[in-house]
Amino acid sequence: MHRFANPNRFLRLSRQVLPWVAGLAAVLMAAGLYLALVASPPDARQGDTVRIMYVHVPAAWLSLFGYASMAVASAVGYIWKHPLADLACKATAPIGATFTAVCLATGSLWGEPMWGTWWEWDARMTSVLILFFLYLGYLALVSAFDDPTRGLKAGAILALVGAVNLPVIKFSVEWWNTLHQPPSVSRLGTPAIDPSMLWPLLVMAAAFTAFFITLVLLNTRSEIIQRKIQVLRAAQAYGAAE
Amino acid sequence: MRRKHQRTALLAMAVIGIGTAAALTLAALQDNLLFFYGPGEIEAQHLVAGQRFRLGGLVVDGSIRRLDDGLTITFDVTDTVETVSVVYVGPVPDLFAEGQGVIANGMLDRDGVFQADELLAKHDENYMPPEVAERLERAGHPTQ
Repeated sequence: MHRFANPNRFLRLSRQVLPWVAGLAAVLMAAGLYLALVASPPDARQGDTVRIMYVHVPAAWLSLFGYASMAVASAVGYIWKHPLADLACKATAPIGATFTAVCLATGSLWGEPMWGTWWEWDARMTSVLILFFLYLGYLALVSAFDDPTRGLKAGAILALVGAVNLPVIKFSVEWWNTLHQPPSVSRLGTPAIDPSMLWPLLVMAAAFTAFFITLVLLNTRSEIIQRKIQVLRAAQAYGAAE
Repeated sequence: MRRKHQRTALLAMAVIGIGTAAALTLAALQDNLLFFYGPGEIEAQHLVAGQRFRLGGLVVDGSIRRLDDGLTITFDVTDTVETVSVVYVGPVPDLFAEGQGVIANGMLDRDGVFQADELLAKHDENYMPPEVAERLERAGHPTQ
């Protein structure tokens, strides 16, 4: 793992990988959108409103995945002191926050016609809103320090502490009675979702994942390059003063 | 190497500590985190007439009645053991139907009838195209 923690090696590797991941994301997204919006049937009870689910569920999964990877990156950064881990954590935050916002917005759009409400304070919705605020809090905290390294350290602590919210989100619909429905895909035994709807959902989830990875790679690259510029500028200023 | 182990141990301890704290907090808040109460929980929760709460359960088959004013509807909510009658005035959400989950916001009156001023339909975890739903229905598995 130490081999990949070298920022220069990461810049080289990610440049080779990026076009492939981005291309995969584009192909999967085109296929997924066709399957979800055109080829899949309407739901017996929800009608065409069910199509919101093909965006909502992948966005929700990746909002959790994004925060989990931030927590893992923070732990790696804290234990092994890899500078790349903290930068990757910072690069993931705005992307995870955006996917969480998409999840909340599409959920609201689905809830109005189906449940009869835009928003209710049930355990699932509240815990996802807290996740959104954790992302925003992380971004605010990281940029609140003059010394970027100290900002990243403070942010890493918040990312780790906030991870306690992840199992709460996942199991909120099972621990407490909520307005939000229980899981359909990860249910044990017979899947609660018909194969004609499950496949489009899985393709969309793969497309969102590839898109997410593309964005994280791009943003991590730009964080590294930005850091290099800062260091060069500081060295230049130091040289000029001498 | 030693410092790395120290940091790992510290991190593991912090994670366990925060996890325990969160679990205890959520366990203490258990009752407040419930979004609704079933008909069978009304007594145990000491919910009396005039006290606002959300009542949740299944709409009893054949119980939905629309009154002549065209706005008021009455129906029964059950947890399959106990049943409460509900009166509601206003528009109903798309998914509101007999045999389906519903959450009503309001209070009990003196006669034990739940006077609701807000009605939410609950969706279950089942997703299927209309043809599959019809086939299941014909095979004797009520899905709706």
